[in-house]
Amino acid sequence: MAPAVEVQDVYKSFKNVRAVRGVDLEIENGRFAALLGPNGAGKTTLVEMIEGIQKPDQGEIRIHGMPWKGNEQRLRHIIGLSLQETRFIDKLSVWEILRLFASFFSLGKNRVNEILELVGLEDKRQAWVVNLSGGQRQRLALGIALLNHPRVLLLDEPTTGLDPNARREIWSILLDLKKGAETSMVLTTHYMEEAEELCDHILIIDQGRVLREGSLDQLLADETREKIIEFTLDAAGLSKETVSAGAPFSIEWDSFNARGTVILDHIESQLPQFFEFLHQKNLHMKNMECRKKTLDDLFTELTGRRLHE
Amino acid sequence: MSNPICHHQFFHLVAAHGKEIIREPAVIFWGIIFPMLISLGLGLSFTQTRDVVHHVGVISDSADAGQNDSKIHAFLREHGQKVSEPTDHAPKYRLTVENPQLGDTTFVFTQTDWKTATVLLKRDRLHLIVEPAGGDIAYHFDPRNPDAELAYLKLTKAISGKPVASPEIAGNIKPLTVTGTRYIDFLVPGLITMGAMMSCMWGISYGMIDKRSKKLLRRMVATPMRKSHFLMALMVVRISMNIIEAVLLFIFAYLVFDIAVQGSIAALAVIFLAGNIAFCGIAIFVSSRTATTEVGNGLVNAVVLPMTVMSGIFFSYHNFPDWSIPFIQKLPLTLFTDGIRSIFNEGAGFAETTIPAAILLAVGGIFFSVGLRVFRWH
Ligand SMILES: Nc1ncnc2c1ncn2[C@@H]1O[C@H](COP(=O)(O)OP(=O)(O)OP(=O)(O)O)[C@@H](O)[C@H]1O
Ligand SMILES: [Mg+2]
Repeated sequence: MAPAVEVQDVYKSFKNVRAVRGVDLEIENGRFAALLGPNGAGKTTLVEMIEGIQKPDQGEIRIHGMPWKGNEQRLRHIIGLSLQETRFIDKLSVWEILRLFASFFSLGKNRVNEILELVGLEDKRQAWVVNLSGGQRQRLALGIALLNHPRVLLLDEPTTGLDPNARREIWSILLDLKKGAETSMVLTTHYMEEAEELCDHILIIDQGRVLREGSLDQLLADETREKIIEFTLDAAGLSKETVSAGAPFSIEWDSFNARGTVILDHIESQLPQFFEFLHQKNLHMKNMECRKKTLDDLFTELTGRRLHE
Repeated sequence: MSNPICHHQFFHLVAAHGKEIIREPAVIFWGIIFPMLISLGLGLSFTQTRDVVHHVGVISDSADAGQNDSKIHAFLREHGQKVSEPTDHAPKYRLTVENPQLGDTTFVFTQTDWKTATVLLKRDRLHLIVEPAGGDIAYHFDPRNPDAELAYLKLTKAISGKPVASPEIAGNIKPLTVTGTRYIDFLVPGLITMGAMMSCMWGISYGMIDKRSKKLLRRMVATPMRKSHFLMALMVVRISMNIIEAVLLFIFAYLVFDIAVQGSIAALAVIFLAGNIAFCGIAIFVSSRTATTEVGNGLVNAVVLPMTVMSGIFFSYHNFPDWSIPFIQKLPLTLFTDGIRSIFNEGAGFAETTIPAAILLAVGGIFFSVGLRVFRWH
């Protein structure tokens, strides 16, 4: 059986921006994948090409084995999507908007009622869209995406701007869907917890390229032994050169906050070495924390930038 | 639309567009009340017999007319009615010549000197300056100013003792107040067609630009929605609104001004629909690509303004230079307005309006299909 989504060597440029530069990706049936990347990474451009809304300059995209060209009507019936930002008609009620979109799929009232229950908007059915909160609007958008029992669900930042509770509510809807194993999903996000929580497959993308991909375990596998030591010194204003000169490992140093980071792969032997080093330089530690490596660290390592600044 | 499922989708699109419009309370005012107010305002100011006031400067050497013995001063003392105005030192007289058929004419005479009189004339606060000249009266006015000339003619008549319209000649004057020949009869069909044009152009383009910039169009075409259904639903809703607005305006004008349709109602309905389709098509074309309100406003104005001015909505386009008339007559709004007006006022029917209606339909069809082809949904 053909994979749910196949993307082969896809490129897309705008006037002077190369938004997507050679992406390959394959998502098996029933799997959930996350595109994780900072602002401007090319996530929206990539999913919109998968959604058939934008056309790639080069490369191929197939959904359940079908390219967009020549299969548009069929594909429109089997995918569900939410755009990064859509504002629905302000003066229609939640019920009316859902009815309208349901009619595009030849679906009736029953399905609309199911969706209202699924996304928890039953008591807002008569409310006008303009009066919904941000989280309720996101749930409405998700409800519309789910109307047609999509086999492929494409969500562009479904939880951006939501508080942690609202985010968890959306996650639980998606996790229920995952249990059904009939839907494949691609989701874009800035939140690594979201990718970790929902997705089997994570693609870290930046500047239009996939930097690394795999399951969470695979991504962090080589690095599981590595530990991160974050520390602060009682010596504000020291320059990076002063702190790291002669160090046995590389030290990331933020002189303004007097905070540093080192990555150790053999913590038992290296931690004493590190203390010894500080002692020799007559530097006094104020605070220290040792933790496992996360996606965020991996991202910083791959790009030299943090996912959230 | 043969299968019931499409029907379903179309029905929901119409309902959605319709509710969106109706739930905007300002629609009631701008679409319904405002045109009525315009017709009321313009209709009243141009149809009622007007009472005219002419301001006349009287040159005198001495400030008190009582010390002047010239013909004009004697006339004023005898027939005029002295008006005392505490704020103004210049003595004034007022003389009203009554005329129930054409409206009363009132002369206001202000005694003044040459210098002041010239200044007032330049400011158009005086139409006419009279001066004693020997035993007679000399009149000074701008011969290119029709008001001034009229004031002169009426005043000489009044001074010579004849009424403006003597009972004998009054019998020859037949003021045109018959339905179909008044200004209001000219105006209301124009207001109806202009209203339809404005509503199509602004309503459709605004709605489209709004949905495009909200990314709603993009979201909708990412479903199996039929694009043509979306646009046709928009047209159906807009045209239904326009029918309601036009009928209400007509009823209003009928009640207030006793306006009537003298020609074929069926032909009226056909050309009204055709005109609406033309402007919906143009509106869809105009808003087929722009995503910003500024550009949209500019484009709509570029279509709407020239036609509003040239197509003879408020005054006849025959005032424009002769060479431009054939061009003006081919504008959609002119075809539309002339057609509707001829049915209202000249008793026209299908014979006269089928061709303009067909042209309007074709215009709508062409712009619609080109618009649909180049339409930017994203
Ligand atoms: N229509 C467009 N015209 C010009 N440039 C564009 C267009 N769409 C996207 N870009 C550019 O392409 C790059 C990738 O944009 P994209 O929206 O795909 O990023 P993203 O990963 O979704 O970012 P975000 O997290 O902020 O949503 C950006 O530099 C953006 O400025
Ligand atoms: Mg994006």
